[in-house]
Amino acid sequence: METLVADIWRSTPLVLLTLVGLIALLVEGSGKGRAAAVYWISLVGTIASFVLSFLSLNTEEAAFNDMILQGGYAAFFGMIFTASAFGTLILSRSYLRRLHTERGEFYVLIVFAAIGMMLMASAIDLIILFLGIEVMSICLYVLVGFLRTKLTANESALKYFLLGAFTTGFLLYGIALIYGTVGSTSFRAISAAFPAVSNQPLFLLGAAMLVIAFSFKVAAVPFHMWAPDVYEGAPTPITAFMSTGTKAAAFAAFVGVFLGAFQIAGSKLSEVIALAAAASMIIGNVVAISQSNLKRMLAYSSIAHAGYMLSGISAANREGETGILFYLATYTLMNLGAFGVLSWVEQKDDTKLTFDDYAGFSAQQPFLAALLSIFLFSLAGIPPFAGFFGKYYVFLAAVKADLTWLAIIGVLTSVVSVYYYLRLVMMMYFQPGGATVEEPPAQMAFIAVTCAAILVVLFGIYPSLIVDLTKEFLNI
Amino acid sequence: MLTSNILSLTIFFPLVGVCALLAVKKDNIAPIKWIGCGTSLLTFFISLALYFGFDPNINEFQFREKAIWIEQLNISYFVGIDGMSLLLIVLTTFLTPLALLGTWDSITHRLKEYMIMMLILEVGMVGVFAALDLFLFYVFWEAMLIPMYFIIGIWGGQERIYAAVKFFLFTLFGSLLMLVAILVLGYYASTMPGGAFTTDLLALYQVGPRLALSIQTWMFLAFALSFAIKVPLFPLHTWLPDAHVQAPTAGSVILAGVLLKMGTYGLIRFCLPLFPDASFKFTPLLSVLAVIGIIYGALVAMVQTDIKKLVAYSSVSHLGFVVLGTFAMTEEGIQGAIIQMVNHGLSTGALFLLVGMIYDRTHTRMISDFGGLAKVMPVYATFFMMITLSSIGLPGLNGFVGEFLVLLGSFKSKFLASYWYAIFAATGVIFAAVYMLWMYQRVMLGPVRPDGLYGGHKVNDLTRREIAVLVPIVLFVVWIGVYPNTFLSKTAPVAKQLVQSMESARQGGQMRVADVPQP
Repeated sequence: METLVADIWRSTPLVLLTLVGLIALLVEGSGKGRAAAVYWISLVGTIASFVLSFLSLNTEEAAFNDMILQGGYAAFFGMIFTASAFGTLILSRSYLRRLHTERGEFYVLIVFAAIGMMLMASAIDLIILFLGIEVMSICLYVLVGFLRTKLTANESALKYFLLGAFTTGFLLYGIALIYGTVGSTSFRAISAAFPAVSNQPLFLLGAAMLVIAFSFKVAAVPFHMWAPDVYEGAPTPITAFMSTGTKAAAFAAFVGVFLGAFQIAGSKLSEVIALAAAASMIIGNVVAISQSNLKRMLAYSSIAHAGYMLSGISAANREGETGILFYLATYTLMNLGAFGVLSWVEQKDDTKLTFDDYAGFSAQQPFLAALLSIFLFSLAGIPPFAGFFGKYYVFLAAVKADLTWLAIIGVLTSVVSVYYYLRLVMMMYFQPGGATVEEPPAQMAFIAVTCAAILVVLFGIYPSLIVDLTKEFLNI
Repeated sequence: MLTSNILSLTIFFPLVGVCALLAVKKDNIAPIKWIGCGTSLLTFFISLALYFGFDPNINEFQFREKAIWIEQLNISYFVGIDGMSLLLIVLTTFLTPLALLGTWDSITHRLKEYMIMMLILEVGMVGVFAALDLFLFYVFWEAMLIPMYFIIGIWGGQERIYAAVKFFLFTLFGSLLMLVAILVLGYYASTMPGGAFTTDLLALYQVGPRLALSIQTWMFLAFALSFAIKVPLFPLHTWLPDAHVQAPTAGSVILAGVLLKMGTYGLIRFCLPLFPDASFKFTPLLSVLAVIGIIYGALVAMVQTDIKKLVAYSSVSHLGFVVLGTFAMTEEGIQGAIIQMVNHGLSTGALFLLVGMIYDRTHTRMISDFGGLAKVMPVYATFFMMITLSSIGLPGLNGFVGEFLVLLGSFKSKFLASYWYAIFAATGVIFAAVYMLWMYQRVMLGPVRPDGLYGGHKVNDLTRREIAVLVPIVLFVVWIGVYPNTFLSKTAPVAKQLVQSMESARQGGQMRVADVPQP
C-alpha cells in the first residue's frame, strides 16, 4: 500500500491528467451545454500537468514495479504532449464554434489521447507501451472522424482505423517474439539480454515488427500512405495534434525502445532505420512539391521531418537522441503554429486550403503572414529559427556515426523542401490578391500562436534552453 | 565595456533601428526613412571606430569577442577581424546608407518592411565577415538570405518572383553542402589527439591541413561550391543576372557591392587555409573557370541591350579577377583580390545607383531608349564617366590597382605555373573598355532625343541628395587609385601570412598554418 501511494505520488503529471480527464467526462455527462466547462477543465488540466512535468524533470525513477518511468525522459515528453494538447484545445475551440459543432467529448478525447501519449513516453515495459499506444490511437480514431457529416472525415477515420488496427497486430506480434527470445517485456531485462540475443532470427524478426509499427505511427516511408489522406480529412486542429503530439509520442516510444532497451549502434537495425530515414526525406519532400492542398503539403512535410528525426535514431548516439528531443519540442511549436494559422483562413466547406488562397495575404493580415512565415522558414530549416538547429543536431549525429551520406541526403532534400515552404511565403508576400481571414482569430488562440512564434525564434537563437533540459536523463 | 564590444555593436546595431521601426506606423514615411538611413549611418560611424582602432602591425584577429553559446556542441559566439574583414565590413556599412539614400524616393509601397529588411540584411552581412566560428558564420550566411529574398521578391521588377526563388535555391543548395562539410570537419577535429568536436575556425586551421588529400578534396569541393555560387563563378552564375536585374536599386547595390564578396571572402578565409592540399589540386580548374568567367562575362555584357543587365554581367567578369588573384596565391595576387573586392563594391555599387537614378526618371533601362543624355544631364554624365573609367581600370582610379595587382600576381605565380592565365585575363580588361565605353557612347553621347523626352519623360539633372551620395564613392575611387597604400597596408599581413602558410603547406612543412594564434 505504501509503495502504491508513493508510486502514484511520483506519477503526478500522469495521474493528475487522468483525474482531470475523468472529471471532465463526468461534467460532460451531467447535462447539456457543458462544453465550455469541459474545455476549461481540460485546459487547466494540461497546464497543471505541464508544470508538474517540468518540476519532475530532474528526478528520474521507475515506478509501479518497473513498468513506468517518471521524471526525466518521460517528463520532457510530458511537457511536449501537454503543450501540444493545450495548443490543440485552444485551436479546437474557435474551430468547432465556427462550425457550430462544439461538443465536450472532443476536448475530453484530446485529454485522453495526451494521457496515452504520456504512457508511451513513460513506458519501460513493452506492455505499458502497447497500452499507451492503444489509449492514444482509439481517441484519435474518433477525433479524426469527428465531423461525421463530412465524407472526407469518414474516409480518413476509417483509413486510419483500419491501418492502425493492422499495425497494432504487428506491434503485438513483435512484442510476443521479443518476449519469446528474452523471456521478459521489461526494457531493463531486454537491454541486459540484448548482446546475447541481438543476432537471433526470432529477436530480429520481432524488432523488425516493432520498426514497422513505429514507422507507421511516425508516418515514415514506406508506411506513410495513410498520412496525407488522414491529415486532409481530419479537423485542422486534430491534424495539428497528430503531426505534433502523436508524432512525438511515437518517437518517444521509438527512441525508448531502440536507444533505451536495444543498443543498435552500428547494427543491421540501424541500417534499416537509416534507409527508412533516407526514403522518408526523399519521398516526403519530393511529393510535397506537387501538392496544392496545404494540409496535404504539410502531411508530406511531416513525413519528411520524420525522416530527419529517424536519422537521429539511426545514428544511435548521444547527439542523435538530444537532436530528436530538441527537434520534436520545436517541431511541435512550429507545426502547431502553422496549422493554427491555416485553421483561421480555412472556410467551413473545406475551401481556402490551397496555395492560391493565400495570394496577397501579407497585405491584408501582415501580422498573421509574418507569423506563418516564421513557422515556414523554421520548418525549412533556415537559421536563425529553431528548425535549423534541430536539423543541425541530427545531421551532426549522423556524421558522427559515420552516416555522412544520410546527412547529405538530408541537406539536399532540405533544398527541395525550401521550394514548397517558400511557395507559400511567395504567395503571401509577392503575389497580389485579397486573401484574408473571415473573422479575426480568437484572442487566446492568437496569443498562443504568437507565443509559439516567439519561442521558435528564441530556441533558434538560444537552443541551450532546451538542450540543457535534456542532458540529465538521456538513454545513451 | 563599449570599446571591448565595438565589433558586436557594429554587427547588431542595425537591430536597434529595426526595433524603432517596428514602433512607427507604416504611413509615417518620413520618420521611417530617417530611422532607416540614420541607423545605417550610425552603424558606419561605429565601424569607423573599428577602422581607426585596427592595428595593421598586429598579425592576428583583433577586436575578438568570445562567449560560450551552445555548450554541449562546443559552439561559441566568436567574432574578430583582420585586415580583409575590416575592409569588407567598412565597405558594407559604407554602402548600406548610400544605397538607402540613393533610393530615397524609389520605394513607394511597404516602405517600413523594406527598411527593416535592409537593416536585417546589414546585420547578416557584417556578421558573415566578422564570424570566427563556422557555426556562427553559417547562421549569418543563411539568415541573410531571408531579407534578400523579400527585397527581390516584393520590391523587384517584372520577373521578381522567379529571380527571388532562383536566388534563394541556388545559394541554399551550395551552402547546405557546406554545412555537411563543416560538420565533418568538426568531427575530424574530435578524432585528433586530445581534440574535441569544434567549429572554432582558429582551432580548425590546425586540423584541416593535416587531413589526407582525399578527405580534403571532398570538403574543399563542398566549401568551394558554396562560395563559387555566391561569387558567382562560371558556370554557376546564372542566378546573378536575374537577381541583379530584378532587384530594386538598393538591393542590386548590396547584392553586387557586398553579397558577391562573401563568396570570394570565403575562398580566402576558409577554402585555402583549411584545405591547402586540395586547393593546389583544384587551382588549375578554378583558375580556368575564373578566366573563362572574365572573358565570358565581358563578351555577354557587350551584347546586352539593358544597362542594368550589362552591369550585372560585368560583375561576372570583375569577380573572375578576384578568384584568379586568390588562386595565384602570391602576395600581389591576394592583395589584388582583396582590393579588387572593395573596388568592385564601390564602382559596381555606384553603377547600379546611377542606373537606378536614371530608371527612376525614365522608367526604362534600354540602351536604345537613350542618347545624348550628356547634354541634358551633364552632372550625371560626369559621374557616370568617372565610374565607367574606374570600372574599366584606368590608371589613377581604383580599378586599375586591383586588376594590375591580380595580373601581376598571377603572371609570376608558381602555383598557377603558367603566364597564359594572366594573358587571357588581360583581354578582359580590353573587353571591359569596349562594353563600358560603347554603352557610354550610346547612352550619353550623340544627338538628344526629339523633344528631350526619354521613355516619354522629361529628365532633370541630379539632385543635391543624389550628388551627395555619389561624391563619397568617387572620393574613394580616386583615393584608392592614387594612394592605395592606405588600404593595402591593412591587408598586407593577411596576404603575407596566407602565402607563407600555403607555400609551407606545399613543401609539406609541419607547421602548415604558421603563426595562427591560439584562442
